[in-house]
Parts: sequence; C-alpha cells; structure tokens
Amino acid sequence: MEPVAVVGVGMTAMRRERRKDGYADLVYEAVCLALEDAGMTIDQVDNVVTVSNDFFDGRTISSMAIQDACGSYDKNVSTVEGDGTFGAFYGLMRILSGSFGTTLVCAHHKGSESEMALITNAMFDPIYERFLGVEAITSSALQARAYMDKYGVTEEDCALVSVKNHGNAFRNPVAQLPLELTVEEVMASPYVAEPLKVLDCCPISDGASAVILASAERAAKITDKPVWVRGVAHCCDAYHLGDRDLSDVRALQYAARKAYSMAGISDPRQEIDLVELYDAFTYMELMWLEGLGFCDPGDGGKLTASGATALDGKIPVNPSGGCLSGHPVLVAGLNRIIECVLQLRGDAGERQVDGVRAAVAHGVNGPCGQSHCVWVLGGER
Amino acid sequence: MGKRVAVVGVGMTKQRSSRPDVNGQELINEAVRAALEDAGISRRDIDAVVIGNMDHFEGINYVDTWSVDGSGALMKPIMKLTTGGTTGTTVAMAAYYHVASGLFDRVLAVGWEKNSESDTTGAIITAFDPFWDRPIFAGAVAGLALEATQYMHLTGATEEDAAYVAVRERRHALNNPFAHLHINLTIEDVMNSPYLSWPVKMGDMCPRTDGACAVVFASEDVVEEFPNKPAWILAVADRHLWAYTSDPYVNQAIENGWWFPALEWSAREVYDKVGIKDPLKEIDVAELYLPYSFAGLRYMESLGFCERGGGPDLVRSGATDMGGECPVNPSGGVMSSNAIGATGLLRVAECALQIQGRAGDRQVPDVKIALATGFGGCFWSDVLLMGREMPEKPRG
Amino acid sequence: MAEERKELIKLESGEAEQPFCWSAGVYGSKFLTELRDNKRFVGVKCPKCGKVYVPPRNVCGPCFAELTELVPVSDEGEIVTFTVVSFGFVDPSTGKQKPVPYGYAVIKLDGADTYILHYLDETDPQKIKVGARVKAVFEEERTGSMLDVKHFTLLER
Repeated sequence: MEPVAVVGVGMTAMRRERRKDGYADLVYEAVCLALEDAGMTIDQVDNVVTVSNDFFDGRTISSMAIQDACGSYDKNVSTVEGDGTFGAFYGLMRILSGSFGTTLVCAHHKGSESEMALITNAMFDPIYERFLGVEAITSSALQARAYMDKYGVTEEDCALVSVKNHGNAFRNPVAQLPLELTVEEVMASPYVAEPLKVLDCCPISDGASAVILASAERAAKITDKPVWVRGVAHCCDAYHLGDRDLSDVRALQYAARKAYSMAGISDPRQEIDLVELYDAFTYMELMWLEGLGFCDPGDGGKLTASGATALDGKIPVNPSGGCLSGHPVLVAGLNRIIECVLQLRGDAGERQVDGVRAAVAHGVNGPCGQSHCVWVLGGER
Repeated sequence: MGKRVAVVGVGMTKQRSSRPDVNGQELINEAVRAALEDAGISRRDIDAVVIGNMDHFEGINYVDTWSVDGSGALMKPIMKLTTGGTTGTTVAMAAYYHVASGLFDRVLAVGWEKNSESDTTGAIITAFDPFWDRPIFAGAVAGLALEATQYMHLTGATEEDAAYVAVRERRHALNNPFAHLHINLTIEDVMNSPYLSWPVKMGDMCPRTDGACAVVFASEDVVEEFPNKPAWILAVADRHLWAYTSDPYVNQAIENGWWFPALEWSAREVYDKVGIKDPLKEIDVAELYLPYSFAGLRYMESLGFCERGGGPDLVRSGATDMGGECPVNPSGGVMSSNAIGATGLLRVAECALQIQGRAGDRQVPDVKIALATGFGGCFWSDVLLMGREMPEKPRG
Repeated sequence: MAEERKELIKLESGEAEQPFCWSAGVYGSKFLTELRDNKRFVGVKCPKCGKVYVPPRNVCGPCFAELTELVPVSDEGEIVTFTVVSFGFVDPSTGKQKPVPYGYAVIKLDGADTYILHYLDETDPQKIKVGARVKAVFEEERTGSMLDVKHFTLLER
C-alpha cells in the first residue's frame, strides 16, 4: 500500500442533546476544526466522503442535509452508510487510486432526535426476528451472556471496563459522560437486559467528526506531524444471530490479521502501544481485545483486572473514555481513529500516553459486532 | 499509482413490478449468482463487496450486514453506500475505487430495490428536509414536473417533444428481455395518458420496479483470468450539489450560466480526463439515468450532445435511436425499469455488455466508448465513461 | 401428483413507525418564529458573495462561509417554476391521503436569492405562468411551520 497519512482531525463535543445544532451545524463545526487542525482551506480538499445513516436521521438520502456544510461544492463526493472507520476506508481508497491527493471524511449523528431502540430494531430481519423487539441492547445482552458463559467472564470483569473508561473521560474535553465509579456502583446499577446493567451501556449522544487524509506527496506540504495509515481491513460475519457463535470473534480476528499483516506487525502485544476500540457495551471491550489479539480468548477480563489496559498500563485501551463515555453512532469509529492520531502526534492533552508509536483504531457495523474494521496507525511510515 | 479497472461480469434479475416469490436477500442473490457465473468465478474468488439501495424503500437498517446471505459477503469485507437515485452508480464508483486502490483485485458491486414493498412516493418525500421541503413536496414525479415546466418555459420545448423520448425508451425496451415494461407506445398514447403532475403524464414517467443488478470489477492484474473481454472504466466523476429541493432551480436558470451544473460539471470532468471533444460523435452508446421523458431532452444538452435547447431536434432527428449516431438507452432505460438502487448499476452493466458485444437484440454495432450516468437526490449526477481499450494510465 | 399450490405470504409492518424530533437550528428557528409571530419572512446573507438564503441555512456551499446575518425578505415574490399535482399519494408527514389536485411552485421571494416551495391557490396550469407575481396568505392559527403559510395567491390572473 502506498503511504497515506491523516493530516487533520476535528471532533465536536459529544453531548446528550445538542438542540441548537442541526446536522449541518455539527458537520460544519467538525469540518472547520479538521481544516484548522491541518492548516488547510476547503479548496485544498480534493474530494469528500460523508458518513450518515438514513434510519438514524429519519431521512432517506441522509447526506443531502449536509452537502453545503461538508464543503463538497463542485467536488467529487460520496456517502458511506456505516461506521466512520468504513467511511474513512473509502476515503483512503480514493487517494490510493491516484485520483485524489486529499480526502475529507466527515460523519454525523444525533441520537437525541429519534427512538434508538426502534431504529436498531430495524437492523433485524422483518419477517423472522424484528417482531421479537430485539434491538442493539437486547441482542448485545445475548452476546454478552454467550461470551461470559463460555469463558467464565464475570459481570465484575465487565464492570472494570466501565470504571476505567468513564474515569478516563475526565481527561477528554469532548467526552459526554465522565464518571467517578467503583465496581460496586456499576454492579449496583439496574439491569437493562441481563447481564447488561445501565453502567455497562454507552449513552445516547449527538456529535460529528471529520478527518482529512492525504497522499505522502500532499501530506509533506500540509503537515510536519503526519500520522500514517499502516494497515486497514474489514470483515463481516453471518447475519442471523442464530447463524453465528455469538461468543466467537472470527470476523474481527480476520480483519485484524489482515491489517497487521499490511502493517508488518507480527505480535500486536509487543508492537502496538495503544488501542481505541468500539466499546458500546463493557463486555465488547473484553471481546474485541481478544479478537484483536491482545490476549487469548476469554482472557479480556484478566487483562483488564491486571491494569494493563489502564491509562498508565502496558497497553492503554480507550484513554479517551471510549464509546461508553460518548457514542454518536457512526461518528464513533472516526473518533477512534482521531484519538489514535492525537496520541501518535502527542496532542492528546491530559489523556496523552507516553511513547505511542503504533496504535489500533476499531469500528463496528451491524448487530453484535457483525462487521469489524481495524486500522493500524503509526507515527512512521 | 492506482490500478486500471474493468467490468468482467454482469448479472441482473428480470425487472418486474413485484417479486413476492423472493425476499430481499434472495432477490440480491439471483443477481449475484448470475454475475459470478457470467464472470466464471465463485463466491470464494471475490475479495470485497459493495452494496447499495435506499433504506426506506424496504425498511432495512444496515443492509450491508443484513445482505450477506444474498450478497455472498460472509467473512468478507462489505461496505454500504447510499446516495438516493445515484446509489447504483455510486456503488459502481465505489467498486471502481476499491479495485483502483490496489487493495482488492475482484470486487462485486450490488444494487437492488424492492420498490413494491413500500410507498415509493412517501419514501422519496422523506428524502427531503422535514422543515422546508416535506410539508409541500410531492415526491419525484412532482419534483421532476417542476423541472419540466422550467425547461419548457426556457426553451419552448413541448410535451410532444418529451413524448418522443417516452416512445423511444419503451420501443428500445422491447429488445431487452430483462426490462420491466414491454409496451409499444405511440406519441398519441403518451399524450393521451393522464396527467400525474402537470406537465408530466403517466406515459412520461418511469415505473416502480423490483430488481437487482450485480457487476464484477477486476484489476488490470487479473483481467486475463476472466472469459469475458474486459470493459474498461475510463473515468468517473460526480457532483452532489445542494441540500434543499428548491436549490437546483436557482442554478439551473439559464441566465445563471449553467443548465444542470451537477451533470455538466461531472460530464466535463470525465470528458477532459479521456479527451472527448465531441460527445455525440465520439461516444458510441449512452445508458443514461432518464427518470422521465423531459430528461431525455434536457440532459442531452447538459451532456454536450447538442446546444442548450437543442434536445428536441436531436431526439426527433433519430440520432439517439437504435441505428442513430449515438443510441441512447438500448436497454429501454429507467423509463422501462426502475428498481432504484439497481438502476444506476444497470446503466454500467448495460454499457459493459455493449462494449463486450454481448447485448443481444439491443446490441449497438462496434461500441468502443460508452457513457453511463446516475441521477438522484437534489438533481445530483454521477458519470462513468467506459471503453473497449485499456486506458494508457489510471485516471480515475 | 397435483402441483402444490404456491402461497406467497407478505408481512405488513402495520402501525410500526419511527418517530423523530428534528432540530431547526438557530436560524431556522428564527425563520419559523418570525413566520409564526409576525407573519414575516427572513433570510440569512452570505458575508462573501452576498447571496440571501431563504429558508436560512448555516453554510453557503460555494463560499464555504458561515452565515450569521439575518435579513428581512418580502412576503411577495415570483414563480420560478410550478406544477399541478393530480396523482394521489399518502403524505408521510400526516399518514393521510394528500388532497389533489393542488398547485405548487418554486417561489423566489423579493430580496431572496434561493427559493422556497409552496402551494398555489390555483389548480389550472393554463392560468399559472412562470414569472407570475404571488403573495403569501397566512393561516390564522400558526404553530411555527412552513404550513403557517396557507398558500401563495396569484396576484395577476
């Protein structure tokens, strides 16, 4: 893969409700932040990829609302409907094709404007599953139970993730939900869908983000702190929950193997310094850590309990506070990439981890982590 | 540097008003199996899948992950794109960029829609702004009628001129076994059909269709593996201008200097990349997203096939008929089949068949260069130029 | 053996709906409150190109400039293009059949550079012309919506 760099990033604050802001307001704010970060003007953006979802926006052709605000006027532009990591992947390919030197990728989401459960219910098959009322939380509860029973992972193990990530969020000015918690407090929070309790679940959020990608040639002119895309891959598992072993993370393993191989990484435990992953629910952080190869299957809880994933641990995971501390859907994956970029540049402020040379960002599409996208980012090419 | 990319296999379902015999995944699978068989490969050989439709026509969220049983993406990368009417061409372009990036050698593009499963007009109305547009807007038919009124006002074109296009498209469709409408219409039939939204009549409009299309894109490094001759992508470009439904009419005013900027600018970009100076002479066949008859006049002008206002004379001259200088929509086009998410991709598939000389009764002789377009959203445009000869270098 | 009769089942989504509550934004809210409280139209002006956007938005696409300056525009204007809708359809905003026929138009309000969509009080296309002058007719009861304008009336017939 030819070298491509992230040269600019911007995130709006994630909040429960940004009533003042429509989609275009959020996107314009994020795009301007990314341009400012890169020291670029919109004229230097060669093409645009927007990320949005028609269901979440209550709008067929959800990208129409933001065409002025994303700066796509008289530019090639396209729209990925999925997590921001997938949108950024398309932006990357458009540069690799040689057609464009820079791509702006932006994503927006306003969870405050709709009924999340009804929208995620629409992920499920209308004929065979939807009538059960299954949606993001209840399907994840099935997966959590399958995973925990298979490996003997406990609710306390999962609670540790909540304590860690909500604690990290105090250091992240754009996070929505910094909380000082104890395992006991997480355990005492009410069940939403057993074994998931309120404090195991991400909040509903409004927010937008943007990243600017550039070819090596263009990156050299834009920034002296480029962050390089070393490897990226995605993979999708079976659809019907009954067609999958929900405790298995083979799609993530496959995507991670491919991304690591592109990046020349043979042992992620030794060669990756930081992870930002899609922790919509606490158990997901454990499962995805295993899928990404940072510990053996079933050992995510032990790894977390050892302190290795803490801000000052061997492999800090979600120093930003993760999705548990702010989860504008779709934007979430772009934020994972952005957090890795800030860490690699040494620009992560109070949440900065020392000596980050390679970082993994991760995003998810579909129910129960059906489709995973893995990015390996580095300060060196 | 990027890779050069060709279409090496296509599959399409017979386009029909309703397919109650299959669910969405099964419909998709029909097209996917046909495309794989046409390309002489199996699901295993596919490196990545891109898929598109318009969510609210079927009410499925996350169509990418939902589709895997039909699209064949199980344990493969799959990405969903959606841009309204342009979705099919957007998917084709995404497949192009997947391969051109050098990251994937064989990519399957899937576009589909089961328009019978919902209220098409209602779902199209919800594409527009809930505050400014939705209370008044009456869907695609009325939105296009606004364009037709303005076009007639600015050029003096007539409803009869448009009827010529409606008749041509349906006549061409008789040669296409996959087309939804097989009806031999006369100008009188179109003129006598009832107004849906003045000046647009029933005979001027595209139908609502259930259908799917799948296309296999391959890198220059592997095209030799495939039995079909490659149909090369020479250039792609798009413009998705504007956010509100009344925006396009501002920029389309003739005194403003632009006729249909999204289409003009994207067409000019691909022509410049390929070196096309006189599209009517240099392009051998065009498969255009013409959702209604008036588009067959005006968009020819925007595409540079004639002067502004020259659409009616061009069409009446027979230049766009089978046997003409540049036949338009030998397949019967969108006015004969419109499964919206599949429609743009069908244009690309038809161009590939024409270039490969495999278009059967609808074949145009000796096609070297073919033009495909997508239309949708707020008068958005996607344009692809395809050809028989491999381009000298990748040019996107 | 007699051929088995094929029965093809369809599942209706029934009363399922996904309610939404969209934000109009700062200037959109100003536009709608002016309409509701004062029967006035306002636009927002681009600091770079001077174009006045009605209804308001936050960014001028061509200039990529933020729009902050509110300016009044007239409740009169002219028809840019029009149609008369005669096909029946269900309005997704209300779930009810839209009454047809009705005339509606793209309207350029005096002082605005972009256009709005609205109803006309005329359903005979022969009596409507591009360029014809129109004026907004307001509802007695107004709620802060585009439908606070009942329709536009043709000033010349």
